[in-house]
Amino acid sequence: MADVELRNVTKSFGKEIGIDTISLKIKDGDFVVLLGPTGAGKTTTLRCIAGLEKPESGEILIDGLSVIDDSPAQRDVAMVFQQYSLYPHLSVRENLEFPLKSPILNTPADIMKQKVNEVAEVLRISHKLDNKATELSGGEMQRVSMGRALVRNPRIYLMDEPLSSLDAKLRGDLRIELKRIQAELGATILYVTHDQIEAMTMATQIGVLNNGRLEQFGTPRDIYENPSSLYVATRLGSPRINTLPVSVFGGAPAGATLIGLRPEHIELGSGQDCQVMRIEHLGDQIRLHLQLAGHKITTLIEAHTPIKVGDVIAIQPKNPIFFDANGARIV
Amino acid sequence: MAQIRIENVRKEFGDFTAVQSSSFTVEDGEFFMLLGPSGCGKTTTLRMMAGLELPTSGEIYIGGEEVGMKPASQRDIAFVFQMFALYPHMNVGKNMSYPLLSQGMSRSDAKKRVYEVAKILGIENMLNKSVSGLSGGDRQRVALGRAIVREPKAFLMDEPLGALDAEFREYMSEELRALHDRMGATTVYVTHDQLEAMQMGDKIVVMNHGVVEQFGTPQDIYDKPATMFVADFIGSPPMSFLHFEGSVLENSKTVKLSGQTIEVPTQRESAQGKLVFGVRPEHVKLSDQSAFRGEILATEYLGTSQILTIKTMNGDLKARISSAKRVNVGEIVGLTFNEKSITLFNEVSGAAIRSDLNLGRI
Repeated sequence: MADVELRNVTKSFGKEIGIDTISLKIKDGDFVVLLGPTGAGKTTTLRCIAGLEKPESGEILIDGLSVIDDSPAQRDVAMVFQQYSLYPHLSVRENLEFPLKSPILNTPADIMKQKVNEVAEVLRISHKLDNKATELSGGEMQRVSMGRALVRNPRIYLMDEPLSSLDAKLRGDLRIELKRIQAELGATILYVTHDQIEAMTMATQIGVLNNGRLEQFGTPRDIYENPSSLYVATRLGSPRINTLPVSVFGGAPAGATLIGLRPEHIELGSGQDCQVMRIEHLGDQIRLHLQLAGHKITTLIEAHTPIKVGDVIAIQPKNPIFFDANGARIV
Repeated sequence: MAQIRIENVRKEFGDFTAVQSSSFTVEDGEFFMLLGPSGCGKTTTLRMMAGLELPTSGEIYIGGEEVGMKPASQRDIAFVFQMFALYPHMNVGKNMSYPLLSQGMSRSDAKKRVYEVAKILGIENMLNKSVSGLSGGDRQRVALGRAIVREPKAFLMDEPLGALDAEFREYMSEELRALHDRMGATTVYVTHDQLEAMQMGDKIVVMNHGVVEQFGTPQDIYDKPATMFVADFIGSPPMSFLHFEGSVLENSKTVKLSGQTIEVPTQRESAQGKLVFGVRPEHVKLSDQSAFRGEILATEYLGTSQILTIKTMNGDLKARISSAKRVNVGEIVGLTFNEKSITLFNEVSGAAIRSDLNLGRI
């Protein structure tokens, strides 16, 4: 595995900006997740690293050496796509062997067998090696598709929303599994997704993209607890952070126009009176929709709190975060 | 509006039993969820209420009248499908007035009624617009409007939000629930999404393999699952199951897991053999004092909280704890449980063992 670095990489498609002067470092053994909505530039970044797109300007380095003029094969990266494309007429074993049989690698049979067995073990599909690819469930197919990347020893794995076509339960299981595999193999992964849960639960580092620009890069905890902008603050956390004019509570630092309140920033019992508009039972918690001076506020409270629509409760901020008129964080 | 009562309703398609003898009641004005995985019989049940399928046996009462064998047209209910079908050549207003005019209502009355309903839905400004140019949400509102204008006895909805993306779906589900609160119309809603059922429903029926597994309020179903299927289907992450072999005596207040005595709600029936200790993630706490120990296999940071996967002698479990607590994969931790929240199950039958918790005594 290797270090990968982007320096001021820009790529546009005609008038459309794909990515705009992106710089970031992926260290050997890191699990970096690029998070952003459709059109933020996640996939373009991935494709530039893979060599499937050529940036207009900027440098891409793998282990300190520029790969900007290298072909995808020369860059020695492995890509996993959202749509798993397995060879339906081949068995799981043959699908996994396929990348190793390429003329460049030309792996000897005994080593190939050993590799495939190892990866099948890690992915927990050893018992399915002799099944046809078409006889697998969706989750098994996606694991084989990842396995096809894992049998190789590339310098970095590039993954483009590999879990997004699976159902919620399976996604939850595979999240944990992928993180375990990454830790076990010490793999370097760049993973793109629009799903904040995937980003928060798997990443060692998250990069938040907005309109082709990298807004913030840091550990999940860092990004959640110390967002650099309002945009970043709204990308992580469920329910989404509440933002209100600072005048509602007062006591804001100079320059602040908005106060940001996550559920853990809202203390019940004293402060401003709010009306309870709606109560949602999530089971483990209640999601409470409040109205305060015409502003909507959503927060979480303990599941068995006796409360009903129309009740008035008082709230006050506790260690909230503030933003200026442009959405920049004020510390 | 009306009450809907299902009594011993059964539906067979040839050799296949889609719905086994089911009974439950949808009270007047309730927002009622039929929840289960695909193939569980929820849509078949809804279609029998609508009259789109006839039951093999059993009775269906709408507003006290037995309608089981009546065609859909005589039941006075409105069905909203997952794919909202609108007449593409008619504008919004005409799409909505069509059901009224075909019932013989005068044009002026129909117009008035359509305007009233359009106002409830917030689409009164687009009555003259063509439906082809509308956003997904507005199309959905028009489809609802067409169902509402008729003032049916009940609304039956088959995953009406299933085709929408996650963010918009959340928004529409809030709107639908708010609309229901304004109108108070009896609504039966089919979904496979447990969170949607929890958030929107007054009551939930959980179905599996054509059988009603449980019927109750969302919080009751969450806190007091009647079967392992329900415990596993509801909650994200779902209830964790610790497996043990042993016996539970009537009136006992503890069980033994790997030699450790653990408190549970007072049991009201005896059971022995393969048993299961069911605990939800938020009822697990880390405690150095506890001799019941496990190894942290994974941590998932979620901002406000974090989910730990912990390996114990009795199987893996999930714990939801504050994200302020720093823990590491590989660490061995002691575990305690909120004893009031525990449900024991018989592993073979999957049924919950009766206790003060699920009998409603605590």
